[in-house]
Amino acid sequence: MNPFAHIGKFVVTRADGAGYVCDLLLRTLAYLPRLRRRIRFCLDTAFNAGVRSLPVTLVVAAFAGAILAMQTGIELRRFGDTAVLGTITALSMCREMGPFITGVILAATVGSSIAAELGTMQVSDEVAALEVMSVDPVDYLVLPRVVALAVMCPILTVLSNLIGIYGGSVIAEHNLGVTGPLYWASAKEALTSSGMLLPKEVYVGLLKSVIFGTAIATVSCAAGLRASGGALGVGLAVQTAVRNSVILIIVLGFVVTWFFYFLAG
Amino acid sequence: MIELRDLHKRLGSRQILDGMTLSVGKGMNFVLMGPSGSGKSVTLRHIIGILKPDRGSVQVDGQEVSTMDRSQLMALRKRMGYLFQNGALINWLTVADNVALPLREHARLKNSEVDDRVMQVLRLVKLDHAAAQYPPSISGGMKLRAGLARALVTNPEYVLYDEPNAGLDPIISHQIHELIAQVRDDLGVTGLIVTHSRACATQCGDRIGILENGKLAVQGTVDEMVHSDHPLARAFLGGGAD
Repeated sequence: MNPFAHIGKFVVTRADGAGYVCDLLLRTLAYLPRLRRRIRFCLDTAFNAGVRSLPVTLVVAAFAGAILAMQTGIELRRFGDTAVLGTITALSMCREMGPFITGVILAATVGSSIAAELGTMQVSDEVAALEVMSVDPVDYLVLPRVVALAVMCPILTVLSNLIGIYGGSVIAEHNLGVTGPLYWASAKEALTSSGMLLPKEVYVGLLKSVIFGTAIATVSCAAGLRASGGALGVGLAVQTAVRNSVILIIVLGFVVTWFFYFLAG
Repeated sequence: MIELRDLHKRLGSRQILDGMTLSVGKGMNFVLMGPSGSGKSVTLRHIIGILKPDRGSVQVDGQEVSTMDRSQLMALRKRMGYLFQNGALINWLTVADNVALPLREHARLKNSEVDDRVMQVLRLVKLDHAAAQYPPSISGGMKLRAGLARALVTNPEYVLYDEPNAGLDPIISHQIHELIAQVRDDLGVTGLIVTHSRACATQCGDRIGILENGKLAVQGTVDEMVHSDHPLARAFLGGGAD
């Protein structure tokens, strides 16, 4: 094939996929007033998402916090300034690491499962069956999943932040000679020094996690609903869902940080 | 009445329908046969408005389906039932909840009225004993009967059957054929049945049409088609075929 035609086809396919995801998100938001009718399914999905990803999220967050404290502590020890280790670990976890870790784990566990579930429904005509019953799959299948992940992602992020900071405290105390009270005092000071209800580090992190949850669910639902061609198509849908979710988590994380810390001050 | 005129549809690089013309009168069962991939299911999907034709007209009771907006399509679909090949039941709902789904979504009925109606259609398809079971735990024949119950629960004027006996043994197939004929006779429902089965065509059908190269190659009453000399009619409806 002509290389320009190949590039053109690639761009058109990607643009079509991005357009489908944006359209799906807008249609889902338009159905928000009907959420009450789907609340039971939404709670089921939120519960399953939380239970399925909680253990792995906590383990990864604990080690991420420990690694963060270890790497930072090694450099701080050279300057004899390990007293700020709690501050750095707490801020890094809340601003970036907590939402990022939670988002990636949700994409891998819940996002893949959503894509597989909806993909299987698509290739076995269950989605078409909803359409012929005049039930919009966006209302019935997508809305509860998007809301469930938008709610669960920040909840898991808070737990992830706490466990990550705790992981850092273990390293600080046992390997870097920072006492527990000093570490926790500096972490607490960093997260309560603002005059607002929530310090900026916390609310920006939570906003990120709401955006990540929404993006993961929408992208995964889109991949599932566009699946075709039997088991192979479902496999590709799962692959697409996880890949696009992780890319979006990184890009959106950058955009939100840039907006709050550089554009809006 | 369902009327298709000069219907054309290309999917990917394949021309699936190429001038398909078909008319299904009220209260009759029209059986659509043809080789695999000849566009039988695609035809059904045009009638229910899931697919739009590249060219040609699809009319139900004089209304053009291909130009309907979303609300008109929803109104049309409420008058139609669709039986998918494998029943296409939602896996996490019980058989009863699957059948109740269209009523719970659209009909303004009390829960007790929905339950009564669901049990009524489940009894019709002899599946009332399996109301509380989930689709993965029931057989293929039971899934099809549950799918048929779901298609009938809203009292549709039309039912489109997509290979209603695919993969079923002859005994269960016979039960499904009897049900389809009963639905026409007792409820006056108009049916369009896609099948490869001679038994299905002759037991449930009033008229039979055979698709080839994207259009109807031959059609007639069951008797005319069974005795036809047309090679396709002989291939699909000849003595040994099923």
